[in-house]
Amino acid sequence: MTAINELFKRKLTVINVGAPLFRDDLAAQEVPVTQLDWRPPAGGRPELIAALDALSDRPETEAANAAAVAAILAARPVLTDLALAAVDAIPGMTPTTILHAGPPVRWEAMAGPMRGAVIGALIFEGLAADEAEAAALAAAGKITFAPCHEHGAVGPMAGIVSASMPVWVVENAARGNRSYCPLNEGLGKVLRFGAFGAEVIDRLRWMRDELAPALKAALAHTGGIDLRTMIAQALHMGDEGHNRNKAGTSLFIRTVAPGLAKAGLAPAVTARVLAFMHANDHFFLNLSMPAAKAALDAAHGIAGSSVVTTMCRNGVEFGVRVSGCPGNTWFTGPAQAVEGLFFPGYGPADANPDLGDSAITETYGIGGFAMGGAPAIVQFVGGTPADALAYTTQMYEITLAENGSYTIPNLNFRGTPTAIDVRRVVATGLLPVINTGMAHREPGVGQVGAGVVRPPRECFDKALLALAARAK
Amino acid sequence: MTVHVAIRKNTYYDSVTLMALARKMAALPGVAEAVAVMATPLNKDLLAGVGLLGPEASAAGADDLVVAVKAESEAACVAALEVFSGATARQAGEKKTAAAFTTLAAAARSIPDANLAVISVPGEYAAREARAALRQGLNVMLFSDNVSLEDEVELKKTAHEQGLLVMGPDCGTAIVNGVALCFANAVRRGGIGVVGASGTGTQEVTVHIDRLGGGVSQVLGTGGRDLSAAVGGIMMLDCLAALARDEATSVVVLVSKPPAPAVAAKIMTAVTACPKPVVVCFPGGEAAGPPAAGAYFAATLEEAARAAVTLAAGGQPAAPQCRHEKLASMAALARTKLAPQQDTIRGLFCGGTLCAEAAGLSPGARHLFVDLGADEYTKGKPHPMIEPSLRLPHILAAAGDPAVAVILLDIVLGYGAHPDPAGVTAPAIVEAREIARAAGRHVHVIAYVCGTDADRQGKADQESKLAAAGAILAKSNARGAYLATAIVTREVRK
Repeated sequence: MTAINELFKRKLTVINVGAPLFRDDLAAQEVPVTQLDWRPPAGGRPELIAALDALSDRPETEAANAAAVAAILAARPVLTDLALAAVDAIPGMTPTTILHAGPPVRWEAMAGPMRGAVIGALIFEGLAADEAEAAALAAAGKITFAPCHEHGAVGPMAGIVSASMPVWVVENAARGNRSYCPLNEGLGKVLRFGAFGAEVIDRLRWMRDELAPALKAALAHTGGIDLRTMIAQALHMGDEGHNRNKAGTSLFIRTVAPGLAKAGLAPAVTARVLAFMHANDHFFLNLSMPAAKAALDAAHGIAGSSVVTTMCRNGVEFGVRVSGCPGNTWFTGPAQAVEGLFFPGYGPADANPDLGDSAITETYGIGGFAMGGAPAIVQFVGGTPADALAYTTQMYEITLAENGSYTIPNLNFRGTPTAIDVRRVVATGLLPVINTGMAHREPGVGQVGAGVVRPPRECFDKALLALAARAK
Repeated sequence: MTVHVAIRKNTYYDSVTLMALARKMAALPGVAEAVAVMATPLNKDLLAGVGLLGPEASAAGADDLVVAVKAESEAACVAALEVFSGATARQAGEKKTAAAFTTLAAAARSIPDANLAVISVPGEYAAREARAALRQGLNVMLFSDNVSLEDEVELKKTAHEQGLLVMGPDCGTAIVNGVALCFANAVRRGGIGVVGASGTGTQEVTVHIDRLGGGVSQVLGTGGRDLSAAVGGIMMLDCLAALARDEATSVVVLVSKPPAPAVAAKIMTAVTACPKPVVVCFPGGEAAGPPAAGAYFAATLEEAARAAVTLAAGGQPAAPQCRHEKLASMAALARTKLAPQQDTIRGLFCGGTLCAEAAGLSPGARHLFVDLGADEYTKGKPHPMIEPSLRLPHILAAAGDPAVAVILLDIVLGYGAHPDPAGVTAPAIVEAREIARAAGRHVHVIAYVCGTDADRQGKADQESKLAAAGAILAKSNARGAYLATAIVTREVRK
């Protein structure tokens, strides 16, 4: 008995790839038929199709991807500490190092918000007295600029981390690797959107001098906080871990509060710390990001793997790293305009192109990939809950796994789409969907809106070609 | 003349949809030429050929849509582009409601019951999709043509190992579990299994099985190259074996253009080994090979159907009978209307195998049989079974040829085919007869409707339209060819 004879005994269920005419005829015969939304693979480009063919059904690639997927799914990011100065915690950092979001970028080429944030950081560090001095210092080559990602760190928006900023320390309990992220400053005029006025510097100082020691002490009493569990709960409470962090922030405050109480701080300090966290719905973003980073770093550098381990933006370029191209091999393309809603008084002309390391959440399978479980934020993209589900559903087509730890209730608790496969992105032309905030293109104005953005396709095309070249 | 070219980046539509829309635009007043294609290298050549390849279209890529219009006026161009936009906007609206999968693998994973992929994407991509389908354990109906021979061999070997079907490439007709796939007719179910390497040949066999009171169990296609030396009949052998095992099948019919000799031998070995009677028909080739045990050769598609129906009913097929007297008297009557120089047949066919069969039954180098579904006529155009109006100019041209005595036509009904091919063709038949009359001649139009009354076009309805236009109706494709030959050779074939 062959499969052909089995077919004769079963009801026909058809997938139609091509002319809708045949779909219509089958539907008229009451045959269950699914029309594929087909388009030429890899945009019909022969060199990409050749690379795809070279990398498909290749045991080495499949094995490497299985290892990368296992590393991501097994990762258990735990918040273990708060380092009071980045320079003491982040490997390779010096007093004159400034880390920034996205792929590498020279000072001269930096986007407005990032330049503003660099100026603010140099003033905060006491390396410059004012804007002019800071700009001169940065231009004189005295400052070492490097991507956060190349130092195990991530930062939202401009992503600026300087030596004396406090940073969260997250450890992947499965592998022991660590990741770092500065503390979230809140909305409005803040460094990560390029503001560097006195109020910004004052807040950074308060965070360094009062907030960070208080939270460090509280953490010591709390013990490590399992971020995987916290993200999982937040997802069931309507967060997606990138553009909505209300639930995560609430859970964090609830978890850390007893430790804070035990830390023996002056009641006014405890009150200020709690009030600061409470006033900032995005406080948890700076924890979901390093959690994602810790998981993905564990999957980076597996020879032959086509799993994306980094997606990030510096406001000028979008950068992608792929597991099978180890170290700091970046595949870049122009940062795209974000489509979404603007705060009153702002419009598309005000927005800087896509910015920040926060796309690490999508790389991890949350954020835009988990939008189906966060219906409250779909209004940002002018959509309906059905659109949110469609975004998530679509992402299953470009990912290799589903994360059983992070589930979407209204998709029948299906795991979030996880481990973006470069091959699938190129083959389908479906680009990862990223939820994101929009920064004003001028330094210091702040956030002007939020919406959805997709990476430039060329990042993935280049990565695929590089993987194929390595596979030869 | 004004030319407008619109490019839509990253917008994909399948070629059948685009060709239908292009025709709609071209039919608008003042429009001289309208093309809507994906900007593949092949299609760019096509655009260049009609002088519509501007710099924008040159720069576009295979996932960009190009809509180009040449018209008498600016307004006509704009109107045509609006018609296009309106139609595609409606489509996009429909599209959004369905769960959209972009890859076969994703669709197959989400639809565990799926067991067949029907693939009709452009040939250069079709083999990739077929491979993806086989990887998911799906049977494949590969409608696409322009698939390389190497790909076909590889796909069929893979399918053979997995025990799956790869029907095609270039397979237009199948009926699986009573479901008509692509171009197939609504025929009764029964005990006759058909394996066809040719689409319209298979259609012709099945409609006659139906007409003669029989029915089909499974109708499987193999694609036209299956019996070539390179492919070696992999799929026909697998299908024959499957039908031999199938309890619902009592008789098997094999239909193919004449196979490569080595492959024919392999097939005949399998036929001999088959525990069920097998009717073999290679229309257009030699009438019969040496008889093999259990094999019945049929010279025409109609005879193949008749033999199969007889065998299925437990009888023994008799020698084919042709109503010679009736044919002779009809031909004699028809001949009286012809001028002496009118001695050729012009066969204008939508079906490739119907064309080959008719040509094979009408000896004489002076006759012209044209398969309007062949590549040279369909490049960038729909198949004439979908768009029968493409044949009309050929009918009128034949009527203007003083040597033409008979115009022989096939009208193919069923799924996939135009909703009213006879309605489209009838006015041209009237006009053709007028053209001949004006030149002091009479031209006979013989039409054969390949279909059943259960087809949505309705065979009887289609025939009455053709008869009203003055066409002589044939009962089968072969009989149409016999009559045409009898008229022009002035004697009845013995």
